[in-house]
Amino acid sequence: MTASQSTLVLKVLVAEDTRSDRQILEAILRQDGHHVISASDGIEAVECFRQERPDIILLDALMPSLDGFEAARQIKSLAGETLVPIIFLTSLTETESLVKCLEAGGDDFLQKPYNRVILQAKIKAFNRMRELHATMSAQRDQIASHNRYLIQEQTLAKQLFDNIAHDDCLDASNVRHYLSPKAVFNGDVLVAAQRPSGNMMLLLGDFTGHGLPAAIGAMPLASTFYGMVHKGFALTDVLREINDKLKAILPIGLFCCATFLEINFRERIVTVWNGGLPDCFIYRHRTREVEAVKSHHLPLGVLPSTQLKLDCQYFELEVGDRCFLWSDGIHEARSCKGEMFGEQRLKAVFERSDPGRIFDAILESVHEFTGSAEVDDDLSLLEVVMVEPGNASSRSMPQPAEHNAGLMEWKLDFEVKPSTFKYFDPLPLLLSIITEVPGLRSHSGSVYTVLAELYSNALEHGVLKLDSTLKQTPEGFARYYQLRSERLEHVDSGFIRFHLSHDTRENGGRLMIHIVDSGDGFPHQDVLNPRNRSAGYSGRGIPLIRDICESLCYRGKGNEVEAVFVWSN
Amino acid sequence: MGISSSVSADGSELTILIQGRFDFSAHQDFRRSYESLDIRPRSFAVDLRETTYLDSSALGMLLLLRDFAGGESSTVRIVNCNPDVKKILTISNFEQLFAIR
Repeated sequence: MTASQSTLVLKVLVAEDTRSDRQILEAILRQDGHHVISASDGIEAVECFRQERPDIILLDALMPSLDGFEAARQIKSLAGETLVPIIFLTSLTETESLVKCLEAGGDDFLQKPYNRVILQAKIKAFNRMRELHATMSAQRDQIASHNRYLIQEQTLAKQLFDNIAHDDCLDASNVRHYLSPKAVFNGDVLVAAQRPSGNMMLLLGDFTGHGLPAAIGAMPLASTFYGMVHKGFALTDVLREINDKLKAILPIGLFCCATFLEINFRERIVTVWNGGLPDCFIYRHRTREVEAVKSHHLPLGVLPSTQLKLDCQYFELEVGDRCFLWSDGIHEARSCKGEMFGEQRLKAVFERSDPGRIFDAILESVHEFTGSAEVDDDLSLLEVVMVEPGNASSRSMPQPAEHNAGLMEWKLDFEVKPSTFKYFDPLPLLLSIITEVPGLRSHSGSVYTVLAELYSNALEHGVLKLDSTLKQTPEGFARYYQLRSERLEHVDSGFIRFHLSHDTRENGGRLMIHIVDSGDGFPHQDVLNPRNRSAGYSGRGIPLIRDICESLCYRGKGNEVEAVFVWSN
Repeated sequence: MGISSSVSADGSELTILIQGRFDFSAHQDFRRSYESLDIRPRSFAVDLRETTYLDSSALGMLLLLRDFAGGESSTVRIVNCNPDVKKILTISNFEQLFAIR
């Protein structure tokens, strides 16, 4: 006996009605180290199988009470998915009988008289098959279980994604969209929300790659988008933030092609930023002409935001004009011949369809072209119509009446000390506090301008004691800013105090900006006189503030200024 | 933030592109972009397509450029303004001094 034979111990059932034959087989098998169970007829054999679950069965074809064929059928049925090799023991030689053995569920046969070497070889071979079958069954069960788990996970992930994206305005009356059910896991993402100012922002993104990695990238994109748009951040701020997030989390090679739209219903202006998606279309309903808006940018998540170009394209629309966005799923949809749908066919749809029918016509044409439902896996389409302000309603849009929640009435005193001027710009900090006021963020550009102009006056004239009359000549202008940086480097006295307060008004509020500097002031009676406007290259800050603010006045010797900014949405 | 400039093929127009914030910190680069040329171009364009913010000192710099370009007889275009930047230019009535597009 070899070492490998000694390790192979199987439980073998021998069912044979002839006692001598049975004993021969038992002897051979025991000598080889196997555990043997014996039965002398078919009924006994089935019962032994039921109780002992042997690994391999040697079954005589012709036995009393229940023959081998029927016993084999019953045993195979009891074994279910487990492979229990049955080797028929037979003295039959006619082909028909041998075939009958195999048809009854037998795996092989052994002819009398028994040859020990052949029996050993067959037992070894069938044991290999048995083990292979067991391994395959286990692996198949594992795969099936993994697949169930994966589908469960995807369902959960989809729910999670829907929860993040639930407060959108994709259901607004002027928006139509089609996102194939599996699109989330193909990396397509579509989000839409309303800014406090009433502008609508929409972003269609297409992540490179498929499956879970692409879907994961969509999560921070959606949550950043909704968080920032509702707070009133500008398109460029939202883009920069999303880009930063994606750049930080996505591995090299994974990025997000995206088109970002902002619709200003009051001014009827559409702002478009396209990074890597196919041309989106602006459709003029009067002339039925299409203007393609090309991608001028790299996709999101490729460049650090300092290098990301944020310039947008602006379009003036009329009520009834439409914007169409898509991922490359439409252009790349293939017919059964492998041909792609392409831009020409897309343009043809626009030429032959009525304005209100284009959206449906595109989907119909693509489906007709591909002739199968497979295209659904990768198809995203969005249509936005320019409507009168207030007509873009959606049941999930935040109501503008929410002004009463949040930081509404407050007062803040803040002083900048000499050692800080050189290193710290207090404006972003103050602006971020001010724009915590719900609804005020949409005016952050104006508020920033007022704060920045007043702060630079207080710093440059009050603390650094720079004289703006220097700025009357080009050389003086340069000299002025040279002095500014020199003095800022060595400043060791002075202060600037901000006293900010806010209270509510109907549909808005009033922000008081009171700034005091440590300087000597100036004859402010003159500066507010319009006749003294535009002398040299300076003096444009104050008229700017006066235009933006409800009122602007200087106090004391001119080192105190108070600006009142009144806003409403 | 950055300022770059290019002269048209025939040398007749200088385009100055301003990226990011256009404020006092840009004044040296801005001035250098037109003063350093050997031949003075006939016209100037300031491209604000990538300008995110503009303050009153930038208004002063635009006036410097206008005077450099010949004052009343100058041709200075300000192009590709975003709405926020355009608002500041409009409030300051700069469309009376520049061709703003």
